[in-house]
Formats: sequence, C-alpha cells, structure tokens
Amino acid sequence: MSDLIKKSASELAALIAKKEVSSREVTQAHLDQISKTDSLIHAFLYVDTDGALAQAELADKNHDARKSPLHGVPLALKDVLAQKGIPTTCGSKILEGWRPPYDATVVTKLKDAAVVILGKTNMDEFAMGSSTENSAYGPTRNPWDTDRIPGGSGGGSAAALAAFQAPLSIGTDTGGSIRQPAAVTGTVGVKPTYGGVSRYGLVAFSSSLDQAGPCARTVLDTALLHQVIAGHDPKDATSINAPVPDVVAAAERADVKGMKIGVVKELTGAGYEKGVADRFAESLAILESQGAEIIEVSCPNFRFALGAYYLIAPSEASSNLARFDAMRYGLRIGDDGTKSAEEVMSLTRDAGFGDEVKRRIILGTYALSAGYYDAFYGSAQKVRTLITRDFAAAYSKVDVLVSPTTPTVAFKIGEKSNDPVAMYLSDVATIPVNLAGVASMSLPAGLSEGLPVGFQIIAPAMKDDRLYLVGGALERELNSKWNGPLTHQVPDLVVR
Amino acid sequence: MALTYEEVVAKYEPSLGLEVHVELNTQTKMFCGCATEFGAAPNTQTCPVCLGMPGALPVVNEKAIESTIRIGLALNCAITPKSRFARKNYFYPDMPKNFQISQYDEPICTNGYLDVEVETDEGIKTFRIEIERVHMEEDTGKSLHVGGATGRIHGAEYSLLDYNRAGIPLVEIVTKVVSGTGKYAPEVAKAYVKELRDILRSLGVSDVKMEQGSLRCDANVSLAPTGSGKLGTRSETKNVNSLRSVERAVRGEMIRHAGLLDKGERVIQETRHFQEDTGATRSGRSKEQAEDYRYFPEPDLTPVAPDAEWIERLRSDLPEKPSVRRARLQDQWQVPDKEMAAMVNAGAVDLVEETVALGADPTKARGWWLGEISRLANEAEIELNAVGISPKQVARIVELISVGELTDKLARQVVASVIAGEGDPDSVIATKGIKVVSDESSLIAAIEKAIAAQPDIAEKVRSGHLPAAGALIGAVMKETKGQADAARVRELLLGLLS
Repeated sequence: MSDLIKKSASELAALIAKKEVSSREVTQAHLDQISKTDSLIHAFLYVDTDGALAQAELADKNHDARKSPLHGVPLALKDVLAQKGIPTTCGSKILEGWRPPYDATVVTKLKDAAVVILGKTNMDEFAMGSSTENSAYGPTRNPWDTDRIPGGSGGGSAAALAAFQAPLSIGTDTGGSIRQPAAVTGTVGVKPTYGGVSRYGLVAFSSSLDQAGPCARTVLDTALLHQVIAGHDPKDATSINAPVPDVVAAAERADVKGMKIGVVKELTGAGYEKGVADRFAESLAILESQGAEIIEVSCPNFRFALGAYYLIAPSEASSNLARFDAMRYGLRIGDDGTKSAEEVMSLTRDAGFGDEVKRRIILGTYALSAGYYDAFYGSAQKVRTLITRDFAAAYSKVDVLVSPTTPTVAFKIGEKSNDPVAMYLSDVATIPVNLAGVASMSLPAGLSEGLPVGFQIIAPAMKDDRLYLVGGALERELNSKWNGPLTHQVPDLVVR
Repeated sequence: MALTYEEVVAKYEPSLGLEVHVELNTQTKMFCGCATEFGAAPNTQTCPVCLGMPGALPVVNEKAIESTIRIGLALNCAITPKSRFARKNYFYPDMPKNFQISQYDEPICTNGYLDVEVETDEGIKTFRIEIERVHMEEDTGKSLHVGGATGRIHGAEYSLLDYNRAGIPLVEIVTKVVSGTGKYAPEVAKAYVKELRDILRSLGVSDVKMEQGSLRCDANVSLAPTGSGKLGTRSETKNVNSLRSVERAVRGEMIRHAGLLDKGERVIQETRHFQEDTGATRSGRSKEQAEDYRYFPEPDLTPVAPDAEWIERLRSDLPEKPSVRRARLQDQWQVPDKEMAAMVNAGAVDLVEETVALGADPTKARGWWLGEISRLANEAEIELNAVGISPKQVARIVELISVGELTDKLARQVVASVIAGEGDPDSVIATKGIKVVSDESSLIAAIEKAIAAQPDIAEKVRSGHLPAAGALIGAVMKETKGQADAARVRELLLGLLS
C-alpha cells in the first residue's frame, strides 16, 4: 500500500504545496488503490480515470495559484450530484446513461478549488436506504468487515475513505445518509446546517431535508472540505445568505473548555448496543476532562421524529421523482411505436425503480392524497415544528447536543433487507437533525467488537463551527490513544 | 326543438366563473434565466431548470412577483403578507417535472373586484365581478401531435415537444361565481375579459394577445331554473381565443345546457373545447371525479413575503384605471354615454385619443373611427386597431377636410386606399389626383346650370323654402363628380338665389 493514500487530505495538500509530490502522483496512487480494491468494496459506480488525471495535471499546472487549501487533493463524489458529462445514476437504473449537461454548484466549487474528482460513489437508489443494498448496481461492502454494510445511503462515499481510495468525499444527508455511514466505517461526516451548502445539482430525494456535506478521515480534513463547498448560492432559493462559520479555525482550535454539552436523554439507553453505549460514555468522559460541562437534556418530541420523517420524505420524493418518465433522459422502455406516452412512462418507471423507491413513492402519494393530507403530511409538519422547538429549548441550556450516531455497529449484508422498519430504525438518532435543519457531525468514538462506533454532535443552525470545536477536541484525545486516525486500524483488504 | 336564446334566458338563470391566464411579459422565465420571446425555434429557450433536469432548482423571478402584485392592486385585491408556492402534481409529457409550480391555498392576491359596464335595455349598467384570487404559476411546454385526423394526442403517429413555453410566468385570475347577469351573461363575460385586458395592458405586464395565447380565458357556465336560487352543474370551456369568442362560447354553452336540461338530461361536468369555426364546443376531459393533484407547499422555494412599503409604492405608481380614464375622456370630449359605450365596444378609445392628441377634433376623430373605419374593419372581420390605418393618418385626413382640401366623400376614398395599403393620405391624394373642385367660376357655372334645369325648385328656395336647396346641391355634386365642397356649394347657391 502506497504511503500517500494513508495520508490525510491536509497532509497531502501540504506535500503538494511544497512540491514534494504532484497532484498527478497523489491522484494516480488513489486510482491505483481503487483498481486494486474496488472489485471487493464496490464503492464506485464510475471511475473517471482520464478526467481525474487531467484535473490533477491542471492542478499541477496551476500550482502557484493555489486555489484552495485542498489544491490538487482527490475526492470521491456521491453519484447523486450532477457532474457535467459524467454518468450520474443516483444508484438507479432509471437514470442509466444520463450524462448531466451541467455541474452541481458543489462540483463547480470543487473544480474552482482545484480538488480532483476521482469518480462517482455508490449509494442506495435515490438515497433511500441505510445500507447501500438498495443500489441498483449492487451493494458496497464495509472495509472493516466486507460481509457487512457500509451504511447508507452514502455507503460508497464512506467506504471509499475507509478503503483509502480517496482522502475526501462528498455525501448527502436526508435522514442520516452522511453520518450513519461515517459511524459504521470509522470516518468523519458532517451534515451542515440546511441551506449551508447549495442543493443546486443535488438530485432531490426530499427537498426540505436534503443537504450535501463533507466526509473525510479527520475532523480537520472535513472542515477544509466544508469550507470549500459551503456558502450562499443564488441558484438555490433555500440557500442561506450569510457568512459560512469559520469551521477550519474551529477544527484547529479544538477546544471545549467552558462549553455546555447536552446529552439527549431520548437518544440513549434502551435500543442502543452495549458497545455503542460504552464508547459514547467514554467520549463524554474525555470531553468532561477537557473542561466541558455535561448536562442531560430532554427532547420529548424526538420520539415522533421517525414517523414524521417517513411521511415528509416519501411525500416530497413522490413528487421529486415524478420527472423520471422516459421523456427527456435516462431509461426508456416500450418505445416500439405501439404504445402511448403514458404506457411508456408506466413501463419505464416499473422497470427503472427498485422496490424501496416504489415503496416510498406509493407511501408519499398516499400521504399527499386529498382527504389524507391533514392526517399525514399536515401532522408530520406539526411534529417538525415541535421538534424544532425541542432543539430551541435545549439550546437555551447547552451549546451542543450529543448522542451515539447509530444504535448499533454495522450489520451484515442481507440482515435487514426484508425488514424495512428495522432498517429505518438505523436512523433514529440522526433524523431529528434533518427535520429541524440543524448541523451535525459523526466522528469515530472507537470500536465495539472490532467495528466502529460513531459519536454524534448536533449544533444549532449556522453554528456549524461548534461541531468542529467539539469533534476536534474529542478526536485529538482519541487519536493520541489510537496512535493516529481510527481508520489506520482497518484490516488489510484481501481481494479474492 | 332547440330553444331560442330568449327562451333559454326566460327559463334559466346563468352563473359564470371566469378563469383568465395571463402570460407575463418578463424578459426571463418564472424560475430560471431563459428568454421568453414568442415564436423562437423549438427548444432553444431552455435550460436544466425549465427542462426539469435532475438536481436543477427554481429561483423566483422578482419581476414576475412585482407584476402579479400590481395586477392584484389594480383589481382591488388584498395582498397576502406571506404567500407560498405549491406543487400541483400530475403526469403529462409537456410538463418537464410532472408537477407544476403554482399556488394553492396561499395565493399572492385575494378578494378583489372589477366593475364592468354593459349596455342593457335600460341603458348602461355596471356589473361588479368579484375576484376570488390572483396567483402565480409556471406555464407548461407545448405538444404538437403529428399524424392522425384531429391533431389530438389520440390517434397521433407521434408527438413533438417544445419546452420554450415551459416556465413562462403565468398569472391566473379567478372570479367568484358571477350571478345576476340574466340574459346579459355573454356580454358581461366579454366585457369582463375586455376590461381585464385593458387593465393588464395599461399596467404593461403582458402582451395580452389572445390569438397568441398570452391571454387565455376558461369560461365556466352553469344554468339553474330561474328563481330556484341554485347552482347548476358547470362546464368549463377552454380555448377561447378572442373577445368575440368569449361571448359566443358563453351564449353557446347556455343554449346547449338549456337543451339538455329541457330534455331532462343532465349536464356533464367536464372541460369543453371552443371551436372558432363553428362557435360550438366539443367535449374534453371529464371532471366528474375531481382530479387529485396532491398539492403541497413547494419545498424548493421560500414564502413570498412582500414588504408593506414596497406594496404601497407599487400601489401609488399604478397607472390611471381604464374606467377612470374613459370617464375623463368622455368628459373632455363631451360624448354621450351611448356613444362612449360604442367606442369602448369597438375598441376605439385608444385610437380616438391618439388621433385627438395629434390635433384632430374629438367629434370628427370619433366619427371616422366609429363610422367608415369600423365599417371596413367589420367587413374584413378584423379588430379596429389591426385594420391598417393609423391615428396619425386619420388625423391628417381630418385636417385635410378642415382646410377644405378633401370633402367627406373624397376622404372616404382616401381612407379605403390607405387601408388597402396604398400609402399615406398625402401620397394617395397625389397618386390618384384627388382634389376638391374649388375653382368657383366653374362651380358657379355648375350651380347656374342646375338652377336653369330646375327653375321651379329654384323658385321655392328663393321664396324661403330652404330644404328644397338639397335637390339643387345634389345636382351640382353630381355634375362635379363629388369633388365639390358641398358646404361651399350651398353657400354659393343661396347667395345666387337671395
């Protein structure tokens, strides 16, 4: 294994800046690791070898311009973001063959920052899932144990980091799709404040919940990527027009002295595995030893979050996914001249969508129907308001909230495939964050029986910097205990 | 046997509901930066947003909001402090996202009214049309169904889609139920659309061209037995592309409904398509089962919360209302009510105003536009403003008459030639050698000849019976082939016979 791929993004950026290594060499090293390991991991749906090398050469050519603190560093992009000319499938057959004619704003910002995009990562179809098993192109495997899931929906973006295929990746988080994969792969993932990162070019699952965010193996790398992709975008009406909190400075300061940290009562206790609860308690002790005050807070309405989420997200999805109708792009079935447009739409949607996507479209269509709207969508919106109030009440007492990211460590592939509700419960601790639009991070808290456990930090809207203060402080202590990032303990991959 | 219209309105009381869609004339579309020019090559004014590409997002066009608020203010509406966009979900190939961004329970303007005047048996009467709501939405693309007999999707060999229109800002103006119009329902409907069109034009927010579809009217019509106080089942007639068609469509539907009701059949709740050629409507989509559009708030857009100060600024900057303007002009020009109504009906107010502004006498200007020019426009079945003569040309003709260079009769020839595209009045006169006979010696000779030919009539005039002079003047005019100025002939004749 090349030394380069074990390095963090900030280390690589420094080496490139000092011309000790070129972006091309760094990029090639990661492409080599992808070709060596991805037949096993399947983190990527598309590897843009030529494009990535061309971008790397351009970064080398513009070396002195140093477009960003991540100049020349490679990255893996979740396949739910549009990249001009590059196949973008969202893990679905229905978009097979579609090459977007435009770049998502996040992609534009990455290109402007001279970040090299290696390719597109695997995901649950249209980001619906918690295991990446719902990808139409086959599951991604967890580098810690390849019989296990890497989380979802952004399993590809998380596994690519843990498999050293990329030092940085972009995920999207609608109910936990950045944080839950980060937790089960021992990596760091941040769901920024809703509106903090542009959604333009992010293929919508649930517009009012979706948020793209940075993923990496260290808190500082995550902050550096966060800084690159965040900021107001006039192309996204829900984008916040305010300065981005200084997340990099916060990650560097990594100080919790005097901070009040709230433990959410409803997100601990029953339902959380012992190993998960133990690592969480140890992390709290570390933060306390660093000068933080730990306070238990209650958010009583969180118990309604999962139910509300599974009404709001499918409702919006049923409308967002209506555009996949074979008329303008993607898959088209039955276009033999004997069928009507309506029949072609129907056949295409039947063949192009997987079961979980269909389940949610049907659920959402039902929830929005006349006569059911108030009982379902309407009530869910009320719950959302209550949850937002719970957060507001909690933040009047504490600076951040914390919880385990997931109730369990990574489960086995196939273990929950036939039990959607058990699968949905993987996101019980992450979903309230999306409903309220606040910011959240998952970072490694250690291992339970050899598998990573995630620690979740939740900050008020537009206070994303607090995630990095707390995350940085915890990471410093843990990394010194582990002698480096937790991912350095990923077993060597045995490619059969 | 079909009922006559008089029988229909004796037995039944009509109720109307009018939905007018207006395409705003913003430079760019409702939610993206694409151009909105009419008639561009198919699919050349599109982008990822208006094509509904995965990941693309809408951003509201501020100008469209401003226009909509101005429309609401001009229609005496309340402006909603915080209104929202909503998604209307249904599948159709010309709708890129398979939902339309529209407004549902929180429209931007509500509860207004518009007063319209209609000529009735008892004189001019004002009808107040109450406006329920004014809301914003995006237009869909256009389908062109190729092959098949009807040009409709059923039976077509294939269909072509043009998304240039997709995302053009539309404003929908919906009335409350309009009742109490009785037999004047068709005229009220037409007067409403016309008044609305005039207001929109004065605001400068739309091209309001019904024939190009920038103003479209759906007319809901229902009948109930007179005195029943009930509302009947309605039909919704679409595709009504001119003011005249609005009137015809309403009248036609009233007669059709009455025919059904009289036979004891029921009116089906459905959309109907107006046929310009026959004036009839044909059955469209059934609305017996309310379609479920699964409206919900558009999560990609934030609420529209116009600043109160801005609204007041827009209100104070509104142009003079067409009705106020008409009252002012009527007063300035000293026109009787009936004449003013005729001018409004003929769409002549603007034309007369412009002609007067160019120096013509108001009465003369009105006389030309409502008389000869209207006659020619009717003959050609075109609108007065499209007939092919400009206010400037009419003003010049009026001027030539007043200085005696044209007679009324000659002027009519000039008008016809201008309309026929033969050039400006002066060049028509020059080319055709049209001139008033003003050589008084030849005129006097002609008058003397007439007197000599009819001595008994001349005697009557001489003895004070002035109306008899007409016969002599007529003879002179005939002799001079109409080129003489009749007034001058009269003067000279009376002088000779005094």
